[in-house]
Amino acid sequence: MSSLGSAGAAWTADDTVDVLPAKDGNEIQNYMINFGPQHPAAHGVLRLVMELDGEIIERCDPHIGLLHRGTEKLIEYKTYLQALPYMDRLDYVSPMCMEHSYVLAVEKLAGIEVPLRAKYIRTMFAEITRILNHILNTTAHAMDVGAMTPMLWLFEEREKLMEFYERVSGARFHAAWFRPGGVHQDLPAGLLADIDAWCDGFPRLLDEMQGLVADNRIFKQRNVDVGVISKEDAINWGFTGPCIRASGVAWDIRKAQPYDAYHLVDFDVPVSNDGDCYARFMVRMQEMRESLKIIKQCVRDMPDGSHITDNRKVAPPSRREMKRSMEALIHHFKLYTEGLHVPAGEAYVATESPKGEFGIYMVADGTNKPWRCHIRATGMAHLQAMDFLCKGHMLADAPAILGSLDIVFGEVDR
Amino acid sequence: MTIVAPELGKHSWPVMATHGGLAARLDALLGPALIQIVEHAGETTAVVARDALVPVITSLRDAPDLRFNQLVDICGADYPDRAERFEVVVHLLSMAHNLRLRVKISTDGVAPVPSLTDVFANAGWYERETWDCYGVMFAGNPDMRRILTDYGFEGHPFRKDFPLTGHVELRWSEEHKRVVYEPVRLAQDFRSFDFLSPWEGTDYVLPGDEKATAK
Repeated sequence: MSSLGSAGAAWTADDTVDVLPAKDGNEIQNYMINFGPQHPAAHGVLRLVMELDGEIIERCDPHIGLLHRGTEKLIEYKTYLQALPYMDRLDYVSPMCMEHSYVLAVEKLAGIEVPLRAKYIRTMFAEITRILNHILNTTAHAMDVGAMTPMLWLFEEREKLMEFYERVSGARFHAAWFRPGGVHQDLPAGLLADIDAWCDGFPRLLDEMQGLVADNRIFKQRNVDVGVISKEDAINWGFTGPCIRASGVAWDIRKAQPYDAYHLVDFDVPVSNDGDCYARFMVRMQEMRESLKIIKQCVRDMPDGSHITDNRKVAPPSRREMKRSMEALIHHFKLYTEGLHVPAGEAYVATESPKGEFGIYMVADGTNKPWRCHIRATGMAHLQAMDFLCKGHMLADAPAILGSLDIVFGEVDR
Repeated sequence: MTIVAPELGKHSWPVMATHGGLAARLDALLGPALIQIVEHAGETTAVVARDALVPVITSLRDAPDLRFNQLVDICGADYPDRAERFEVVVHLLSMAHNLRLRVKISTDGVAPVPSLTDVFANAGWYERETWDCYGVMFAGNPDMRRILTDYGFEGHPFRKDFPLTGHVELRWSEEHKRVVYEPVRLAQDFRSFDFLSPWEGTDYVLPGDEKATAK
């Protein structure tokens, strides 16, 4: 200060006191901002209340629930079949994987046997859904940090996948196609060949997209070493799915607790040790390639047979059968009015949804409606760690971290 | 514990190895805190004393042969007929041993439940959700705000005595130029159809049946 002091009146001792905190009552306050609830990088309706020190995030408090619809309560007032379409509306980016946990929970409680073809079909569409989800997440993540092109390129492929959805269920998104005991309708003729052909063409686009961003300097500057979470912290914060695998934990429910036909297909689980946003992005990119492997195996090994169980207390008879058989007609009527009865008991069924562990904790009381159906949302655990991940980062890192966590509010808010 | 490999492909739902002797192990580990062990559908549930929840979960996490290192979920459930109507259900996962466990406690909605925030980092939001939906207090949770419902919401919506339609509805008021809250007005009565078969499952008198005994 001595040199400045000699220079004259431009820089006085009083001025230096002003920029120091908590002297003579002049306190410098951190700046609070609202990120969202309507923000293009908030991936839905998220309100992040952030306390900023300059551009550094000191504290980050996510306010969720803006999309809360009380799904769990609504399900208690519906029969098991009527409650199923609510599942699509949870994580609306991967609808069939949401249905998957639900139908497996009903099957587990009611002890329903599923034909092998149905298991293969559900496995195949679960993986199609995984690609559907990862396309949205990886490209949206790239766009959050400034890369527009990947989304434009890969959304055409996403549209093709939704056409597969449409061909089997009639709906592009809210399929309600997985049913307790199998799937609602069998695959239409020629679908398997088209899926197979699509699988051959997709890796080229994936390579091109990865070539655009993966080694891009700007993309790396925005993602490498941003939002790092260690193995221990990831487990402690309840991370699952690609987020925990990017932190070096080789944990995948498809391998550890296989369901449907996952024990019959061969695939690898991509793992990274870095635990940053870039690792989470790259794990998802690699998972799409593994999903393609699974889909191709399902197409190759798809057995003939029934697409749904022939237990008429669970699954409806075919239209053809109903025209001839009185009993079939009664079964159909009973199933769509009274619905199936699930014996009393409780079960927790978790599947590897594209985002991670998606679980259904179902309590049945022996009637046609669930007593309690709790949905274990994957994104809730991930979003809860936002404060932990963002602390000390720049404001501009928040969208990158949020994008790499793969949050969808339909599921977080339920 | 004796570990039996699962029979792959028998069922559609996720299968895992059977850990024989898990109940005995839990009994030895938890001692008097353990009230009951229920085995159903291949899953193990340990009902424990409410006040012992934190030491129970801590010892389950730290026992080297169990290592339940991840808290999967905490949720509530409402059983109005019971003396202590609420259940708090904790799901644990042991990645090392590929094992799941459900730990349950019961509470009456007045007595607070010990918070698990010191044991697992992610317990905070799950407990806030349970508080929000069921009104079960957690003692020791530093942030007991509501989480899923609206700002200024009253009541606990997942309780069985809370109506499905709720108490207030909101709309944009052109007059006030803002969103206003009003009591719910249903244009038609709330319809709850009873599709249960009269031959099984119902415990009420069918309309008309009372004439048979009245005479």
